[in-house]
Amino acid sequence: MVIYGVYIVSKSGGLIFNHDHNIPKVETEKVFSFPIDLTLEYDPKKVSVAFGQKDGINVGHILTSINGVAVNGNTTEEGNDVKELIENEGNYPLTLKFSRPKMTTNEKIFLASMFYPLFAIASQLSPEPKSSGIEVLEADTFKLHCFQTLTGVKFMTVAETTQTGMDVFLRKIYELYSDYVLKNPFYSLEMPIRCELFDANLQGLLEQIEKTGITNI
Amino acid sequence: MTIYNLYIFDKYGTLLYYGEWNRIKQSGITKEEEAKLMYGMLFSIKSFVNKISPNDPKEGFLYYKTNKYALHYYETPSGIKFVINTDTVSTSVKEFLQQYYSKIWVEYVVKNPLWNGTAVTSDLFKQKSDEFIKQSIMF
Repeated sequence: MVIYGVYIVSKSGGLIFNHDHNIPKVETEKVFSFPIDLTLEYDPKKVSVAFGQKDGINVGHILTSINGVAVNGNTTEEGNDVKELIENEGNYPLTLKFSRPKMTTNEKIFLASMFYPLFAIASQLSPEPKSSGIEVLEADTFKLHCFQTLTGVKFMTVAETTQTGMDVFLRKIYELYSDYVLKNPFYSLEMPIRCELFDANLQGLLEQIEKTGITNI
Repeated sequence: MTIYNLYIFDKYGTLLYYGEWNRIKQSGITKEEEAKLMYGMLFSIKSFVNKISPNDPKEGFLYYKTNKYALHYYETPSGIKFVINTDTVSTSVKEFLQQYYSKIWVEYVVKNPLWNGTAVTSDLFKQKSDEFIKQSIMF
């Protein structure tokens, strides 16, 4: 049972808080011989797999190191161009490490504001009157739980599909939010949450769940 | 337990079939508009799920629930999308949709030589589809 992350979205749909907890690292290292049987896409910011996924290296994964040397953008840490290294037969065999890209802060903000219309449309398309928005969303790799307060703030958690008791956990986060964010005289509504006490207490809560289970909070 | 309605989309987002049974509230827009809104929402949910997922997803989005209903989603490798709205307590809807695909869709639409890939108008399919939904324990 794993909780992957916590998000708080304000009334107007902006991301005001996020906490990554236990994001698994998906990394695959493999020795390649010439010519490389993956189609790579060279972008100034990243080198990613465009076609030919196999052995755990999937489309969308980015190149993180060559022969143990880290890759930043499209150059290695030693200053060599990645494309030249990979296309030159003399450099082979090469050990390439690929990993699933981590979400950037920008992407998180983008995703959080994307959830807002989904939430609204779900209640508009309801076959029953007076439906709420999305409360639980399940995919094969995770389950997203959302709790909307009366004032329109949304608390979301991304957890493993088998994780139970998330509604209790969400209400507990709401409690922490009211205690340590709303009562903070320096906090203004709708703005990103930067409160040490809130961070510390949330961290404590997550640790407590990991140790003693969700029933004891 | 209840089944409210069923949408079937092709891989381009065209509505191929729509059926409804115990739907209480209409969305207040035309059926075409509603289908577009539904497909648009599913498209966004799919990309949302792919991005927010901590691991590489295989099937991706399965269902969502609100306090009144649950929307279940099943996509075949050929890109046909089955969307069914049920109440929140229904279980194993995914298996039901797979059954629906193999027993009704393949039998009465894919094997129909007159079907040209557009909206399904076959009366036999409508009748069989209706029967299949009504005899299920979820209905």
